[in-house]
Amino acid sequence: MKFVQQGYARLFYGFLLILGLGWIWFSAVPAGATTRGKIPAPQTGFLAPNFTAKTIDGETVSLSDLRGKVILVNIWASWCPPCRVEMPAIEHVYRTYKDRGFLVLAVDSTVQDTAANAQAFVNENQLSFPILMDESGEITRLYRVQSLPSSFFIGPDGIIREVVIGGPMAQALLSSRVEKLLKELP
Amino acid sequence: MLPILQIGPLALPVPPFSLLLALWLGLSLAEKFAPRRGIPADALYNLTFTGLVAGLIGARLGYIFQYPNAFIDSPLSLVSLNPGLLDPFAGFAAGLIGMLVYGQRARLAFWNTLDALTPLLAVMAVGFAVAHIASGEAFGTETSLPWGIDLWGATRHPTQFYELIAAVLTLSLLGVWSKKTDTRAGILFLAFVALTASWRLFLEAFRGDSVVILGGLRSAQIVAWLLLAAALAGLDRMKRKGSQHG
Repeated sequence: MKFVQQGYARLFYGFLLILGLGWIWFSAVPAGATTRGKIPAPQTGFLAPNFTAKTIDGETVSLSDLRGKVILVNIWASWCPPCRVEMPAIEHVYRTYKDRGFLVLAVDSTVQDTAANAQAFVNENQLSFPILMDESGEITRLYRVQSLPSSFFIGPDGIIREVVIGGPMAQALLSSRVEKLLKELP
Repeated sequence: MLPILQIGPLALPVPPFSLLLALWLGLSLAEKFAPRRGIPADALYNLTFTGLVAGLIGARLGYIFQYPNAFIDSPLSLVSLNPGLLDPFAGFAAGLIGMLVYGQRARLAFWNTLDALTPLLAVMAVGFAVAHIASGEAFGTETSLPWGIDLWGATRHPTQFYELIAAVLTLSLLGVWSKKTDTRAGILFLAFVALTASWRLFLEAFRGDSVVILGGLRSAQIVAWLLLAAALAGLDRMKRKGSQHG
């Protein structure tokens, strides 16, 4: 009797495995069906939502104009302790890789900061990358920022490769991520 | 989606917190279950702790080997708490080796130990599902079904909730099985692997973030199928052994 049960169990296992193979084949992703890079959303694998903002120096910057570069969008505020801690590391990595096609867009969430405090922090740390002022909070909302700092690593194709919520990010994390993304450049 | 829970001035990152909570709950459950499999509770704790420490060290070393220049430039990063500086594959391998070495030294019976760890693994699967709900990761494909959820610019299958339901059902089933059915060593663990691989194989089809290989096949489904085949082969072998002895 046990051998008969054993036989039924084997049949069931075999059926399950064949069914599994069929399901893998049936649920394969057809070519061109993926939405990767087509929908803008602040999430890994999606197109980075576009924004246009003025820098602290009064210049206008649009994210979509920077396609072809490796970009770190770092959303911060001058009162936020981890933002203050990680900014020198971001500056160091920016200076190291900027000539190879790396750019930092540091978006001051001015809606919860003051321009004067942001300017003082920028001067104090001699930050050389563009500082964007999100006075209306549009970028903060667009990127669904719930915690500062929030960082978005964007590849040359404009697709978000990684989202880091909170901080401070270690310098090695920044440089290893940037190094990896720069390899995608022609 | 709730990646950050703001409690007064404290910003609590929900995904890692839910994993830590699952680890604690899973260990507590495994501790109660382990003596029924002949594994002392403190040995189980030591085994898990060894695996975690070895896994963390291995994961950091694995990352350092991949990007040595990043750490030469910034030696302080060696001890950084950033989880992004961990290599998951190296960590998994190191954790496994650490647990095997400890298990051999403590003379823990292999299959009994895996059975004793099963409640922990099953609760961790629930923890991962909760972490995915909180972060919005492991999201689904677009759907017009009435239970679709609005996420990342589209109405999608709520795959994170499917995952949660499957993980909770697996945990409940194993809870019932561990009390009623076959208590031969290894059966519970292999049943967990077979169940988890089955639902992963099924649910992966609804995921919108699958890693695709070989012209459209989802890699997670292939891994799940291989695990399912191995678990079923193991179950068959144990049943056969059992019937020969019986």
